[in-house]
Amino acid sequence: MSDARIPLPFHEAAPAALEDGQLRRNLAHVTHAIRAKRADATAELPDWEALRQAGKAIKDHTLRNLGTYLRRLETRVEAAGGHVHWARDADEANRIVRRLVAAEGVREVVKVKSMTTDEIDLNGALAEDGVVAIETDLAELIVQLAEEPPSHILVPAIHKNRAEIRRLFLDAFDLTPDQLSDDPAALAGAARRFLRERFLEARVAISGANFAVAETGTTCIVESEGNGRMCTTLPETLITVLGIEKVVPTWRDLEVFLQTLPRSSTAERMNPYTSFWTGVHGGDGPRHFHLVLLDGGRSATLADDVGRATLRCIRCSACLNVCPIYERVGGHAYGSTYPGPIGAILTPQLRGEPRDGELPYASTLCGACYDVCPVAIDIPSILVDLRRRTVDARRAAHPLPAADAVDAALRGAAAAFATPRRYEAAQRLARLGQAPWVRKGVLRNLPGPLAGWSDARDLRAIPRRAFRDWWRDREAARERGGDPA
Amino acid sequence: MPRASLFVPCYVDTLFPEAAQAMVRVLERLGVTLDFPRAQTCCGQMHVNTGYERDARPLVRHFVDVFGDADVVVAPSASCVATVRHAYAGIAERAGDPALAAAVAATTPRVREFSEYLVDDLGVTDVGASFPHTVTYHPACHAVRLLGVGDRPLQLLRAVDGLHLRELPRAEQCCGFGGTFAIKNPEISAAMLADKVADVLQARAEVVVAADESCLMHIGGGLARQRTAVRTMHLAEVLASREGVAA
Ligand code: SF4
Repeated sequence: MSDARIPLPFHEAAPAALEDGQLRRNLAHVTHAIRAKRADATAELPDWEALRQAGKAIKDHTLRNLGTYLRRLETRVEAAGGHVHWARDADEANRIVRRLVAAEGVREVVKVKSMTTDEIDLNGALAEDGVVAIETDLAELIVQLAEEPPSHILVPAIHKNRAEIRRLFLDAFDLTPDQLSDDPAALAGAARRFLRERFLEARVAISGANFAVAETGTTCIVESEGNGRMCTTLPETLITVLGIEKVVPTWRDLEVFLQTLPRSSTAERMNPYTSFWTGVHGGDGPRHFHLVLLDGGRSATLADDVGRATLRCIRCSACLNVCPIYERVGGHAYGSTYPGPIGAILTPQLRGEPRDGELPYASTLCGACYDVCPVAIDIPSILVDLRRRTVDARRAAHPLPAADAVDAALRGAAAAFATPRRYEAAQRLARLGQAPWVRKGVLRNLPGPLAGWSDARDLRAIPRRAFRDWWRDREAARERGGDPA
Repeated sequence: MPRASLFVPCYVDTLFPEAAQAMVRVLERLGVTLDFPRAQTCCGQMHVNTGYERDARPLVRHFVDVFGDADVVVAPSASCVATVRHAYAGIAERAGDPALAAAVAATTPRVREFSEYLVDDLGVTDVGASFPHTVTYHPACHAVRLLGVGDRPLQLLRAVDGLHLRELPRAEQCCGFGGTFAIKNPEISAAMLADKVADVLQARAEVVVAADESCLMHIGGGLARQRTAVRTMHLAEVLASREGVAA
């Protein structure tokens, strides 16, 4: 991934985001609304759990045989008149796309389904050649105009309200205040007029894709606005950047995801636009089609027993919408194209550990994400596994000194819990040692890393007798034949 | 006569002994013969969840040493039970220790969360408790999602004499504790807690009940800081109560 936008670490970015009351209200409003609708949309299908397991099985099978299906995809795409390019990493993918765009000699390209291209910062790479990439998904356009990265997989402008969007459009489309209200229909209309011109002028389009079907070499985009269809039909040249995990073997497999994806993401039974294209066709659609297959850390993830399941993800964003952490801090705090629970496991793996060791800690492990995931990715378990690697890697680098106070405390606690004798000694020590912080039976203003706790919560003082003391006394009384306590 | 061994996690032992005492009272009232292996220390949940697996390994070994012979192990903490049942096998496997893996496989299926033990093993939902108060129930994440205790705690609460159960708005939302999460990301944790406290107050109950004392420690800490009169009680404490009933 690009280093250009190296963000603040999560534990610093998150509190800043939390302080933005408007952001929190926008996020809470939207995530709760989608959450409730998603629950209804999935409950409607009696075989939801079976579909979920089928999706998981299809993805697992495909991932186990990824080489086979990718080669088949390549053969079919080429047979249909398209060109396939293999990119090991972001740089290679960007180089390929830049070369293809330069060959067309254009200064502007239209884009849709930009997540994979955002992952490699393609827009930044194109800008180096003086090429402007216009995002045509409405929400992507909004964040592009705001010069911000997307904040949500599906609703990139989730954090923006109408008034903010109106201000952006006034500037970008050169409108006077009386020409544009903050009515959603008016805002959408203004964007539509702006985008129509771009579509009609563009000779090159760049897209991502949701799926690619190996058996026919067909690429698939599902969307709500129809702008994707414009991008994939109007320009002469279409360049699609696809993460290698997005291939599915057959059309039959697609059937499962075309049910689970819309219901999980927008809570719709079916998304309004589903576009397929296979190579090129004389007189219809693009005359040149290029498919760039991006690895970008995916093979390494695939090689990992635990992490592999991450690649099942179909980017529905259901896990973001139920995540209590995402709901509070939004997407930017994660500093990654993929925020929320999926981002917390995908990003560190794609980037290569131990960098980004912080993201796997951005969770309480509550498990809500696993519950909703339409391909049953056990995100909490992967989070814990990534934490283990982070700690192991840090220790390998610095064997002796503790990294921080939490590290020291955990190591100390592990030593204290090793034997019952040490454990009981530590228990007594804690009881005695707490004295300076006890006020009216409550621990206040705790030192070091515990300050974060006592800033917002009370903690009752450690009582005089532990359970084990009570039990011992009771057993002793019983042996003496006395009344049990 | 059923026999069970008590697993009293370190933080319950040290900070909330009354929850474990209540569990003892309920189980003995139901005729269970209990023992408390005093050698037990800590299941290692905090270490496992924070990535300190290597430090947790000796604790895993110690746990199966202590409880290897038990018929059934019962604990008043869903998250600790979840750690034992879900994390131990992987830890043993990664440790490359087949003997440990075998001991884990033999021991962990016998470890139960308190409400699971009552409803599944003893087949009891009415434990003869009496608690004439308004109560709301917080379904702790690990109890619901990792252990799948379902509505067992609610079945038990509904059978309590005089107890008035009120629904907790947005009950399934995490309280924001998350072990070291509360320390590493205290601001987000506090924001989640604030919402949970507001929901609890909205339920207009006298007592919040859960099957996990760690969530209650967090929620109770927030309620107390706001000087509300709402108390937290472990499920076992409510079930042990016989208010107004002649002993
Ligand atoms: S991890 Fe699952 S829930 Fe999250 S975006 Fe991917 S498919 Fe959707």
